[in-house]
Amino acid sequence: MRARAAEAGASLEDAVAEAAVEVRDLVKRYPKQQVNAVDGLSFAVAPSEVFGLLGPNGAGKTTTVGVLTTRVRATSGEANVAGIDVLHDPVAARVRLAVVPQQVNLDRALTPRQNLVFHAAYHGVPATERRARAAELLDQFGLADRADDKVDWYSGGMAQRLMIARALMHEPEVLFLDEPTTGLDPQSRLFLWDRVRAMRERGVTIVLTTHDMDEAATLADRVGIVDHGRLLALDTPDALTRGLTGQSVLEVAVMPGPGDDVDAMLDELVKLDGVQRGERVASESAGFPPGGLAGPGGSSAGPPAAMSGGRAAAPDGQPGAGGPTATGLIDAAGEARLRLYLDVEPAVVLGAAVAVLSARGATVSDVHLGQPSLEDVFINLTGRGLR
Amino acid sequence: MLRSDQWRARGTVTPSRAEAWNGGAKVSALATALPAAATRRAFRAILWRDVFVTGKEFWVFLIQVGLQPLFMLFVFAKVLGELNYVTADYGQLLLPGIVALTAFLTALQAVAFPLVMEFSFTREIEDRLLAPLPTPLVAVEKLVVATMRAIVAAAVIFPVGALVLGSAPWRAAALPLLIVVLLLGSWVGAGIGLTMGTLVPPARISVMFALVFTPLIFTGATQYPWPSLDELPWFQFITALNPLTYCSEGVRAALVPEVPHIPPWICIVALIIAATIFTTTGIKGFLRRAIS
Repeated sequence: MRARAAEAGASLEDAVAEAAVEVRDLVKRYPKQQVNAVDGLSFAVAPSEVFGLLGPNGAGKTTTVGVLTTRVRATSGEANVAGIDVLHDPVAARVRLAVVPQQVNLDRALTPRQNLVFHAAYHGVPATERRARAAELLDQFGLADRADDKVDWYSGGMAQRLMIARALMHEPEVLFLDEPTTGLDPQSRLFLWDRVRAMRERGVTIVLTTHDMDEAATLADRVGIVDHGRLLALDTPDALTRGLTGQSVLEVAVMPGPGDDVDAMLDELVKLDGVQRGERVASESAGFPPGGLAGPGGSSAGPPAAMSGGRAAAPDGQPGAGGPTATGLIDAAGEARLRLYLDVEPAVVLGAAVAVLSARGATVSDVHLGQPSLEDVFINLTGRGLR
Repeated sequence: MLRSDQWRARGTVTPSRAEAWNGGAKVSALATALPAAATRRAFRAILWRDVFVTGKEFWVFLIQVGLQPLFMLFVFAKVLGELNYVTADYGQLLLPGIVALTAFLTALQAVAFPLVMEFSFTREIEDRLLAPLPTPLVAVEKLVVATMRAIVAAAVIFPVGALVLGSAPWRAAALPLLIVVLLLGSWVGAGIGLTMGTLVPPARISVMFALVFTPLIFTGATQYPWPSLDELPWFQFITALNPLTYCSEGVRAALVPEVPHIPPWICIVALIIAATIFTTTGIKGFLRRAIS
């Protein structure tokens, strides 16, 4: 993990030299508070990157965004957005950034269209251009028919879209999305994700805070996991989940070939590259209900309940702790279930494993691949305590 | 469900600032030509937003500012006059006071009420706080708009007064002093509104208004000339602490100079002092709310 984070840092160094967002040793303590809301946070976001700040409620994400968007005064440290020192030149920074806040803050005295037009006016966009841009964005965000309604009549999803459209009116270089999909329906969420990708294509740097693992894993190029105002990990979602090595599994149900021995089969499988160890499990394994795990390439489907079992039941890491004993491991039909613990992605081992089994004349009747998700990383780092 | 052992955490992820930090040279702040021009444009735009919103509901605005003075003049001057409780020329004395009161309170309310809402429930001021201009100027813009609304409101009182009283005191020579005193008085009212709107927690705003409003209205020398309070020195003292007194006296000095009044220069100095104080406290309160 340590090495990997350092590598990621090194590979990004060039980009960071002209970071779109840069935070260094940032500290924020609110008046009359005993602890720092942000406690020595440092990270950098490359231009056109989608950067996810992931953390539990109260971890300091919103405060960090507040500092970067000139609404929160830092206690100490540095913060730059689009090359501008936010703490010393907030006015210049506001030209280059835009914020979509957690809570709706649309101007209710204005229509949706006027919200966009006035926002652009605040930012000095010429009159004809701002009208054209507003029309275009309203259309793009599916609000053209309702552009002259009252803002009060808008649903949560529509208000959210309008706020994003508004943020884009002055063509910011850096866009901050503070928990953008909290409370949105799936349609709105998917739409938002599409828009985020489209914005990145256009070269906008996006910093989003979220505690939605799917969102972070799907959208973010890199994720910083924050808790108690500190950065606990920073890497690509893949690298972070890979960091939980040995937590990928490959499970196969096999009918051994005539006269073959299941233990010998397992021994051979364990010798494959990337396999840490293997075991036999009950044929109807409690671990793998149909659809309970991500397929190959799926990175985020581990059901949360399973994670609890994971760490609570086997803190010492003994494979099969509390699992079935060897006697019940072959069912009436003679089928055995073998589970391999991997330090690579399951798909990598799959081919070799199947080849081994076929060579031995075994019939594979079922295959399950399981990978840790970002949520596991998150829980692993931030613990299970309620906030 | 997944088996426990599969999901056991292996290598512990240690929090470390140094490794999380990606390194890289600090970007030097870009020299931008924007500040002054962008600030001017942004200020004009947020001013236009407020003027536009006022204009959208101009009739509502007129009713808001016109109705109370109309009834005050009608009851205190017309009705009580007809019943001989007050003299026939009381209306000529009351009207300047009502003009001052209307300007003062209109400005105060124009800032305080919307601000409380905009900072708490609707949060709609946030978009303007993120406009490229120094945050204190957003507060100054509030004061400017409130003063503009107050001047319009004060102007409305003359026709209303003429309607109720049959005539309104007017002399062309009054104009310069009238404008100066009303501008300053409105600005002070707006400053008090800004201070209240940002200092008072939203939940307490109605209590605060009751506590502040009524004393302001009745100790502001609007219904009586200040020098006539010689008979009631303690009340005269209290009245002298209310900035509205100097606005009322100033308007009276301009419109009905024959009525004994505080010398205009004292009114102007007192209003400038009050304006300075409340602008400062208001902007401080605003900054506290705008930037945490």
